Amino acid sequence: MSTPAAPPALQNPRAARARSRRKKADRIGDRLLFGICLAAAILAIAVIVLIGYEVVNGAGPAISKFGLGFLVHQDWQPNFKIFGAGSLLFGTVVTSTFALLLGAPIAISIGLYLSLLAPAGVRGIVSPLVEMLAAIPSVILGFWGVLVLAPFVHEHMEPWLHGAFGFIPIFGSPETTGASIFTASLILTIMVIPIIASISRDLFLAVPRDLQDGASALGATRWEVVRGVVLPSTSSGVVAASLLGLGRALGEAIAVSQVVGAGSAIQTSLFKTGDTLAARIANQFPGTGPGLYQSSLFYLGVILLVIGLISNLVAQWIGRRFSYEGAVAR
Amino acid sequence: MSAGIDSTRGQDPPARSRIRIESDTPVPQTGITGPSVNGHRITAPEVVFDSQDVSIFYGAKQALAGVTLRIRSGQITALIGPSGCGKTTFLRSLNRMNDSVPSFRIEGQILYHGHDIYGGNVDQVEVRRRIGMVFQKPNPFPKSIYDNVAWAPRNLGLKSELDDRVEKALRGAALWDEVKDRLKDSALGLSGGQQQRLCIARAIAIEPSVLLLDEPASALDPIATGAIEELMHSLKGRFTIVIVTHNMQQAARVADRTAFFSLEMSGEKPTGALIEFDDTETIFGRPRDPRTRDYVTGRFG
Amino acid sequence: MSAGIPDPAAPLTPTGNLRRRQVFSKMTEYSATIAAVIAVAVLVIVVFSVIQRGASALSLDFVFTAAPTGIGPELLGTAVIVGLGMVIAMPLGVLIALFLTEYAGNRAAGPIRLTLDLMNGIPSIIIGLFIFGLLVDHKQQSGLAGSVGLAIIMLPLIARGSQEVLLLVPSSIREASDALGVARWRSVLGIIVPSALGGIVTATVLAVARAAGETAPLIFASSLGDPSKFSLNPLEALPNVPVRIFTLSEEGNPEGFAQAWGMSLVLISLILFASLGARALLARSKRKMAG
Repeated sequence: MSTPAAPPALQNPRAARARSRRKKADRIGDRLLFGICLAAAILAIAVIVLIGYEVVNGAGPAISKFGLGFLVHQDWQPNFKIFGAGSLLFGTVVTSTFALLLGAPIAISIGLYLSLLAPAGVRGIVSPLVEMLAAIPSVILGFWGVLVLAPFVHEHMEPWLHGAFGFIPIFGSPETTGASIFTASLILTIMVIPIIASISRDLFLAVPRDLQDGASALGATRWEVVRGVVLPSTSSGVVAASLLGLGRALGEAIAVSQVVGAGSAIQTSLFKTGDTLAARIANQFPGTGPGLYQSSLFYLGVILLVIGLISNLVAQWIGRRFSYEGAVAR
Repeated sequence: MSAGIDSTRGQDPPARSRIRIESDTPVPQTGITGPSVNGHRITAPEVVFDSQDVSIFYGAKQALAGVTLRIRSGQITALIGPSGCGKTTFLRSLNRMNDSVPSFRIEGQILYHGHDIYGGNVDQVEVRRRIGMVFQKPNPFPKSIYDNVAWAPRNLGLKSELDDRVEKALRGAALWDEVKDRLKDSALGLSGGQQQRLCIARAIAIEPSVLLLDEPASALDPIATGAIEELMHSLKGRFTIVIVTHNMQQAARVADRTAFFSLEMSGEKPTGALIEFDDTETIFGRPRDPRTRDYVTGRFG
Repeated sequence: MSAGIPDPAAPLTPTGNLRRRQVFSKMTEYSATIAAVIAVAVLVIVVFSVIQRGASALSLDFVFTAAPTGIGPELLGTAVIVGLGMVIAMPLGVLIALFLTEYAGNRAAGPIRLTLDLMNGIPSIIIGLFIFGLLVDHKQQSGLAGSVGLAIIMLPLIARGSQEVLLLVPSSIREASDALGVARWRSVLGIIVPSALGGIVTATVLAVARAAGETAPLIFASSLGDPSKFSLNPLEALPNVPVRIFTLSEEGNPEGFAQAWGMSLVLISLILFASLGARALLARSKRKMAG
């Protein structure tokens, strides 16, 4: 809304009064809009703080009862009011690490393909498809995991892996169903790939063209350009992206609870059932009432929140350091 | 003419007008000694690039029309002309740097020692390994000074006496004395002129036979420019050098031969074309073409 | 010339170790291509399984009637919960984005951006616990509690997305209206926000698409809704699609599975179409603004 500026010479008292009213309105308007925006921003910060408070608050009784020993104790026996997060922590770490070890290389390769190899037409199709993968709701992925992936894992992958790599204890003999740490890890892999892939694609696309030209003008093969220039100048960003993927895997509750089999022991074989912090909450919370049981589930939430925040903060920190370096380098 | 120039493709003269430069004018023997091949010293420098009626297109747009010229071994050849005249495009087509532009298309032939650069069994990585390039804007890798120079030799497996190779390259680029005590420092800490000399060192470390320089001094101050020009004199003879420059004095100072490109109307659209190619003294002293005369005397451009 | 330096006049075919290096490089290119094929294949397999198993359940009755024949109440409940969540999150998200682009200096913007990134990284199960502690515990489940949970998931997506398009508004527009003496709030509401509206809407649609499938907050906030009854009342627990799929998938009953596949198909189609459409729109409006 542009205000037509009246030439000062032609002022009349009425116009002047109208203008001063308007000025006053503008001052109030400016203050008001700024105030509302500021309030919204502060509300966001307050929500974060409140989330932390509520979760810790809910965990209060369990924290005072079990202390830090909760982290290592493996027993989880609601009937005897004995709770420990040991095996869940183990399951969380194993599934997330597995997902990251398998998913990150695939995702980074996809990022390389989309940014450096794919013809423009193919990129325009494959790029949104990869992001579609991230749009599939976890509950549907988990449902698909139980009914399609788990049977396939049970009938084909477990026997094959056991046959080929059975000398490694993690590939134990096949179990009765496909619900296992292994299947959960595969589901998480599917979930982290699109996250890491789209971030690393954007990072690789931002590598200055003249650096890549400089490398290929020295008689470097495509891989050597990637290895020598593209990856080193994006490495911290890629690490940050992987950490964001890890954070996603650590916190995924629904899909994991559907396929992991809700086991309560630490097992060597990946084909056994297990459970994770997030999945245990999703699985058992709806059936509890107030009390130590519920509070222990909140305690699991506290652990999850702490791990999640740390991986997120580290990712942000690395990501920022990277963009700072980039600003200096260019 | 010692190199066999056996054109593998048929050559029909195209319908559009083009300027054919008689490139078989005898090369004056002004102290330029050709490189020795198989122990025989040859007097007339060998033809390194033989560009035959080369036209370049980006999609539907024609950037360059009918360039025919020969670039000889051990000489410095300058490509000059107003911006947009296609001189950089031509330079980049000599080592296939244009290949990454999706809509790039070339017609005609560029022979390198008689081998078609765009031939079917040619490996573009090999092309660039033999024909090095330094760009307009210094583009050192975000690595140490040492690693900038050592990176390409490592790729090529030239790992024995790598330190010597790096030192030789840095000395060759007249940078050694300035950086010998801080080889492990980041190359990004060097000044613009040093960075550009590092890029030259990086290029000569793998001993290419040709160096293509794309306005290597345009981003530098006069002192750094002077250092680069001096460097070019010292590199002359060891490498065949082709340099694109905006700066006519620079061309006059460093080049043996100079090619003048300009924008010509072909139909509706202006298209880059080679106007005149001759000894540098001729181009700047008594050019044959009035357009060249106008340009070098500063009446245009 | 030392060893490893090719004769200048040799043909331009690989010399030295180049053939080996090219083989390796080609192999890495193929692996990268295969990785992309794997990702697309997984998407196709999942979507195909859902279509294959869900299509037979689809019918008008399925979409519009209540249990046991249809999922109408769940669809309605999801629409109410997600819609309310959007109504909460969109204005807040846009205001935060405006704060970041129009008002905050670097020092104030940093913590807000960090907050948004952290919020985006909080596992949705934690948001569920939070909602339970804040709005459900000692009270009762409600669609509204679910909406608040989903709003927390949508907020950072909307804010960051809007911020991105607001930054694309040329600063010349701001300078021009400042120079004309136009009040800040007038130029913000009258010029800047409208010209970024396309991008803001896209960001919101993407956020809604993401939140529509979120299950974790709803199992705390709105899992006890009655699937045989249509309800619009957000103050009571509303049946909804994600929680229903979750419970059916845990029950192990073949008829329930069939229904869950049908619901999955409906949900996945809505989400994929919405996000594909939004992306196309975003690309267009970004092009328009940048061009």
